[in-house]
Amino acid sequence: MDLSEINFAVLVASLIVASTPLVLAALGELIVEKSGVLNLGVEGMMIIGAVTGFIVGVETGSAYIGMMAAAMAGALLSLLFAFIILIMQANQVASGLALTIFGLGIAALMGHPYTGIKSPQISTISIPFISEIPILGTMFFQHDLIVYLSLISVLVIWYFLNRMRAGLILRSVGEDHDVAHSLGYRVVTIRFLAITFGGAMAGVGGGYLSLVRVPQWTEGMTAGAGWIALALVVFSGWRPFPLLIGAYIFGGITILQLNLQAIGVNINIALLSMAPYLATILALVVISMSRFRGNRGAPGCLGRSFVTIT
Amino acid sequence: MRQFLKYFSASCLFISMVITSSIAIAADYKVGFIYIGPPGDHGWNYQHDVGRKAVDEAFGDKVETVFQENVPESADAERVMTQMALSGADMIFATSFGYMEPVLNVAKKFPNVKFEHATGYMTADNVSTYSARFYEGRTVAGHIAGKMTKSNTIGYVASYPIPEVVRGINSAYLAAKKANPNVEFKVIWIFTWYDPAKEADAAKTLISQGADVILQHVDSSAIMTVAEEAGVYAFGQASDMSAFGPNAHLTAIINGWAPYYVKKVKQGMDGTWKGAEQTFDGIGAGMVIIGPLSDKIPDSVKKEAMEIRDGIASGTLHSFTGPINKQDGSPWLKAGETADMGTLLGMNFYVEGIEGDIPQ
Repeated sequence: MDLSEINFAVLVASLIVASTPLVLAALGELIVEKSGVLNLGVEGMMIIGAVTGFIVGVETGSAYIGMMAAAMAGALLSLLFAFIILIMQANQVASGLALTIFGLGIAALMGHPYTGIKSPQISTISIPFISEIPILGTMFFQHDLIVYLSLISVLVIWYFLNRMRAGLILRSVGEDHDVAHSLGYRVVTIRFLAITFGGAMAGVGGGYLSLVRVPQWTEGMTAGAGWIALALVVFSGWRPFPLLIGAYIFGGITILQLNLQAIGVNINIALLSMAPYLATILALVVISMSRFRGNRGAPGCLGRSFVTIT
Repeated sequence: MRQFLKYFSASCLFISMVITSSIAIAADYKVGFIYIGPPGDHGWNYQHDVGRKAVDEAFGDKVETVFQENVPESADAERVMTQMALSGADMIFATSFGYMEPVLNVAKKFPNVKFEHATGYMTADNVSTYSARFYEGRTVAGHIAGKMTKSNTIGYVASYPIPEVVRGINSAYLAAKKANPNVEFKVIWIFTWYDPAKEADAAKTLISQGADVILQHVDSSAIMTVAEEAGVYAFGQASDMSAFGPNAHLTAIINGWAPYYVKKVKQGMDGTWKGAEQTFDGIGAGMVIIGPLSDKIPDSVKKEAMEIRDGIASGTLHSFTGPINKQDGSPWLKAGETADMGTLLGMNFYVEGIEGDIPQ
């Protein structure tokens, strides 16, 4: 075992790339859950984003257009979910699960003619000057546009939720939709928008997977990333910055264990792949024991259908 | 009305998910296949599906084949096979190691259905097993890898620590070491057969630690894509993967199941099929095929590789020929001695020179 064989700058850089789909999808789900809706279909929306992004990317020759298509596809699929749970008022858990299964199936169907094709490349953008700082530059400032965008979205979403009136309204809808409704806010419209945003973010996360991280289309390629994104939202206690850190930890565990293995360290991999979920359960326990339960925990109306009494 | 719409939309979703199985056509003989992943993986499952299509082609209307993809190695496999047997399958090919227990359980319930289990070691009166000597292909690949590496570091992405995979690592290592005494192996176990993102991460890690040739024992073509991007070499696994990395692809170890499947189905139809048989064929029988060699390989190395291939095929060469020590230095094979079947099938140790431990 020789730790010097691991290049830590490259390790951090690759864990950021590995975690970016998680960050994007989880940020979207964070907004959805803050509005009081539990969408378990993240995996399905991600894979639809992955396949659509790839197809459009290949056909147009531009990975960026592919990314936009991925966002639209994710949003479109989430609209189906929104319709079922908001208008039809079906059970959110069951509908979300159905969305995942539906997404996986339809993605396999759509992607069938596109296996074995190369995708267009996304070039990395090295930020002038600071990307040349040794180590730090390699770690943080030689990535592609989507990585920077994911970091900016963390900031924007934090600002939106905590400093903007619209964010406050969104949160109030999630906390207690009856009260929000009686104050005159359009609960269904707000949730529609939140779900669509969540779908678009999950779509981009999926598109990043098929266009940048792997990069090719293979059936079932999300391989549970959507579920980790869901766990991540809970783990973060519904806050954007802990979410980012959590995503890097979850992604980092994988990358670190691969590096350790390659230098010959014997580690228990089953335990490590369990780690994200274990950490989430621990975080839940800590949250529920904490004195801040009231303002740090889950939105009050999470997963409850909104029924207008007229 | 609202209630109705609610149930209607829910059931539409449900029905669209359920309609996947094909509609039965009346044929004399029905053969079922179960796959661990999608046939679109361009790897392990793809080749089994090539075999299935060969059966379709060979027998035309006389044989009907059905398949089920993404069958987990659990009680689900038992349900799927029971369903196939109940719907009239005469023969079932279970194409992954982990289907072993389910196959034996279902076989007990349907004594008239013939079962063929890939890569397993347990048989019954109506269960035969078949496997390929993939390690023979890895001897050829290992030799090429040893000759092609400039950093003297070869990366190996492995799936589960089962004898088949360990055998492949040992075989490739011995050949690479013989071709290039300075060679070093870095092995990463990812504990899945199919997870493109994880496979890509593992390959990137190996490359960042200096590997310039990557061998893989996992199913997807993600590693080939990564190798192409990073400008290193890799080998196709199970299928030819040159489409994913025209410059990276050195050659492929291709699984040739088609002749075996056609033969077995024919035996099943004319009543000569036997249970409790264990087939373990290699390059000689065409169950392991070395794909076309890349132009990047120098002619001298190409010639050596072909000599090794032909030697193994004709039986003059064996992948495990002594003297070989185990990793801890204890002797395994004496000079000139070749490995016996039992040790090969249960191989759970590295040979001398490979660093690291096999995870338990």
